[in-house]
Amino acid sequence: MSFITKSPWILHYDASSCNGCDIEVLACLTPLYDIERFGIINTGNPKHADVLLITGSVNEQNDPVVKMLYEQMPDPKVVVALGICATSGNFFRESYNVKGGIDKVIPVDIYVPGCAVRPEAIIDGVVQALGILEKKRAALKNTPVKTAA
Amino acid sequence: MNTTLLLEKLLWGAGFILLAPVAGGLLAGFDRIITARMQSRKGPPLFQPFYDVFKLFEKRGNVVNGFQNLYMLCFLAFVIITGAIFFIGGDLLLVIFALTVAGVFLALGAYSTNSPYSTIGAERELLQMMAYEPMLIIAAMGMYLVTGSFNVSDIVATSEPLFVFLLPIFIGFVFILTIKLRKSPFDLSSSHHGHQEIVKGITTDFSGPALGIFEIAHWYENILLLGFVYLFFTMFHPAVAVAAVIVTYVVEIFIDNTYARLTWRFTVTSSWIVAATLGAVNLLAIAYLK
Repeated sequence: MSFITKSPWILHYDASSCNGCDIEVLACLTPLYDIERFGIINTGNPKHADVLLITGSVNEQNDPVVKMLYEQMPDPKVVVALGICATSGNFFRESYNVKGGIDKVIPVDIYVPGCAVRPEAIIDGVVQALGILEKKRAALKNTPVKTAA
Repeated sequence: MNTTLLLEKLLWGAGFILLAPVAGGLLAGFDRIITARMQSRKGPPLFQPFYDVFKLFEKRGNVVNGFQNLYMLCFLAFVIITGAIFFIGGDLLLVIFALTVAGVFLALGAYSTNSPYSTIGAERELLQMMAYEPMLIIAAMGMYLVTGSFNVSDIVATSEPLFVFLLPIFIGFVFILTIKLRKSPFDLSSSHHGHQEIVKGITTDFSGPALGIFEIAHWYENILLLGFVYLFFTMFHPAVAVAAVIVTYVVEIFIDNTYARLTWRFTVTSSWIVAATLGAVNLLAIAYLK
């Protein structure tokens, strides 16, 4: 039996989003949606997190930050790109100053489009991410522990 | 020593080691549901703290310093030893000093990671220890003055109404209990809620199994502290005393949800003022009256 799907702790990062999707992420924590019902906690600490919720289209300045947050999360972990900017870069994708989508920087497991993404869609995205998280955990069990050289 | 007495002590010790994490985890689940209801949310299932800890053991923890997990294990070991001394009816002063050693190991673990958030968390943990230690010792002294013994087994067996004699000390004890339970307004070194960076302070660099060990140690610690609260109500029937302990805990949850976090300066000065007034006055009054 796996417990990882019963207690997914999320880390939320705004990679140059307009704050629209970020407000919707925080709306999930309010009494109306109350995602703590599913054991979901907004940790804000990459070392405690299982799911990275990321919004925005990533620019040069937060590219290293996104990579660092991803690296600091302990395995198994999943990344959920929230909103159309995080999914594909939206109409900013041709701009000189953005990378255009989270998957240009780190591997993304679930794409949740929307502008802004609705709380129901966020919860659905996280629930789908849990299926992938469970597969990753099962795969990780069979791989040896990496040690520093 | 009497064999049956020895056996009874062993049973209490073993019972604490085996059952305290179960009781502590259920208490944490109860805490989270009550907290959610106070914020008009539904809240997680009762067994959520267990799911969290089992999940943490499924994760692969990142280690910054090879020693950090050893320090965390020492923290757990000393908390268990402290609780075992308490529940076999040992010396209350020894319990307080062993609990301090456990706290020092936790601070050392956080210092060893060298992260700024962990370091500030460790410093705040030491300040908190400075804040609550006088009141803990005064509580033990008060119990000694009333019952004539520092041994938990003698204090539990006393017929003196400890709660009546030590009411000011009990209020002071509830004040510092907020620090020990890591509840607002005194959750400076690490909050027990989901948080980040400086608020999570001491646990910032612990991940996966090490964080799971921290949670388990915190459960043991909470049960030990509630055992300490029980000592104030020993003159009542055990069921009434346990109910009084639960009421104390619910009051702590209420305080947690109604107060904002205060500064470390306020924490240290206010807890010392409480210890010096409520504690010292109570001690003098007992010494004079008895």
